[in-house]
Amino acid sequence: MSWLTGALVFWAAAWLTNIRLANSAWSDSRAIRIAVPLLFGITLLVLWEGLVRGLGVSPVILPAPSQVVETFAASTDTLWEDFRQTVLKGALSGYLIGCSAAFLTAIMIDRSAFLTAGLLPIGNFVAALPIVGIAPILVSWFGFDWHSKAAVVVVMVFFPVLVNTVQGLRETDAMQRDLMRTYAAGYMQTLTKLRLPAALPFVFNGLKIATTLALIGSIVAEYFGSPTRGMGFRISTGVGALAIDLVWAEIAVAAMAGTAFYGVVAWIEARVTFWHPSQRTKTG
Amino acid sequence: MRSVLPVLSVLAVIVGLWYLAVAPMNIRVALDQAERGGEVVTPETPLARQNVSVWALMIRNPDHVRAGYALDRPRLPTPQQVGRELWKTTGAMALRGRAWSKRSLIYHSWITLQSTFWGFLLGTTLGILGAVAIVYSRVSDLSLMPWAIISQTVPIVALAPMIIVLSSQLGIEGRGVPKAIISAYLCYFPVLVGMVKGLRSPRRDQLDLLRTYSASGAQTFSKLRLPASMPYLFTSLKIGVAAALVGTIVGELPTGAISGLGARILIGDQFGTPLAIWSALIAAAILAGVLVTLLDLVQRITLRRMGMQA
Repeated sequence: MSWLTGALVFWAAAWLTNIRLANSAWSDSRAIRIAVPLLFGITLLVLWEGLVRGLGVSPVILPAPSQVVETFAASTDTLWEDFRQTVLKGALSGYLIGCSAAFLTAIMIDRSAFLTAGLLPIGNFVAALPIVGIAPILVSWFGFDWHSKAAVVVVMVFFPVLVNTVQGLRETDAMQRDLMRTYAAGYMQTLTKLRLPAALPFVFNGLKIATTLALIGSIVAEYFGSPTRGMGFRISTGVGALAIDLVWAEIAVAAMAGTAFYGVVAWIEARVTFWHPSQRTKTG
Repeated sequence: MRSVLPVLSVLAVIVGLWYLAVAPMNIRVALDQAERGGEVVTPETPLARQNVSVWALMIRNPDHVRAGYALDRPRLPTPQQVGRELWKTTGAMALRGRAWSKRSLIYHSWITLQSTFWGFLLGTTLGILGAVAIVYSRVSDLSLMPWAIISQTVPIVALAPMIIVLSSQLGIEGRGVPKAIISAYLCYFPVLVGMVKGLRSPRRDQLDLLRTYSASGAQTFSKLRLPASMPYLFTSLKIGVAAALVGTIVGELPTGAISGLGARILIGDQFGTPLAIWSALIAAAILAGVLVTLLDLVQRITLRRMGMQA
């Protein structure tokens, strides 16, 4: 029982601290902006731990975070092998192929107004479809190893990146393009010096959406057949074998990989599009 | 409406490429079948054919290319085959009065639609409530927003089997509830982000005007912030409903569900019937199109009534 009350007391204390921090005079400072969500996340973990221990939940149903951490530390070899198979081989290679293909296609169809008018609605529609469903088809085409996972990822990331890039390439207005013409800039010069930079915020928007899709695609494709490694494989067999703590450790890896992947793309975006209003800091 | 011609021609090109791709994709299966049927093909054994490219196979066996377009279990079915299968499992069954049979895609679409609906409802409610909390409370803004973003970078499919195990342990029968939770997880985020933007869209002077009327917080909310957020809400609802459908299908895929479009895809994979997979995929696409179009219609009507759109 003491676990339960302890967790609830911690919750109340953290809640009060957060209210005071958020309404304090320094609530806009960087430290507070990191501390408040961090405290919120820690509180969730403490509540989880307290509830599981206090109510005596069986570890087969829901293991406590501390137990997940233990399993995580004990099975880093397995987790690293799965991470390499699913994230580095499947998701990352598919992401790179799919995004570059979409980017190049967007630049090509952008030259023709007819193609743009025809492909944009279709691309928008396809981007909203449950494309994960093609996973079993592609697994039967490309075999069980990471190639089929990469193929699923290519198809999943292609349309969001394509649609965003095409929209971004239309971002420049007539005045800016006229200015380039008065400089006697050719198509390539206008593209590289004006239109691509202007399109970058849109492109990165698509790239950021695609990071999550890439991980989803490579994990789902593993449910339909994979060699005896990979995160999706481990999760589906772990659920069957009641190795729930290992499944949660895999989920933790997936969460960290997803956040890091997104974070890296966002970091590159901040470096590359530093001039865009959305990236300006308040003080700068 | 000016884009009808370009869209149709792009679609025609896609269908044309699809038909062309069927021949190389299916030639091996077609030759295997012809060989088993006692016909002579070159090279003669499947093992010898392994090392020959599909193009060479097509040139050496021109008579069998046609057979690739009429296989029972093709690697890539033709659009016509998919269309026929789709009609066989929907319209034709409905005409015979068996629309609710377990073999009919109408039945499975209905199962998927139900979970999507509940997930959409749950996700939208959570999204709107979260947005109100974020706009009105500094604590929730600081503590919720970063986690809402992080929650979307976590691949939900990894969590899906756990959600199903957990809810079955908690005594929830059937797969409806866990599927709805998964679809709500994918659906709440666009609504949350859109509503935060929408509720914050009134300008400083508009808010000041309401203060000069000495309007209460609730009045400001119902008369200014909420109406101003409607265009944002509908845009994000359209993204949200598509996400909810993806969530439901993902929830049906890895979990051994037996009804629903995702389950049809799974079963089609296990029994090696590609036509079932393809028709379920097309049915899911049609469902997504219908849902988004419906919301678009509601958006137009509502905004016109509110005087926001001509």
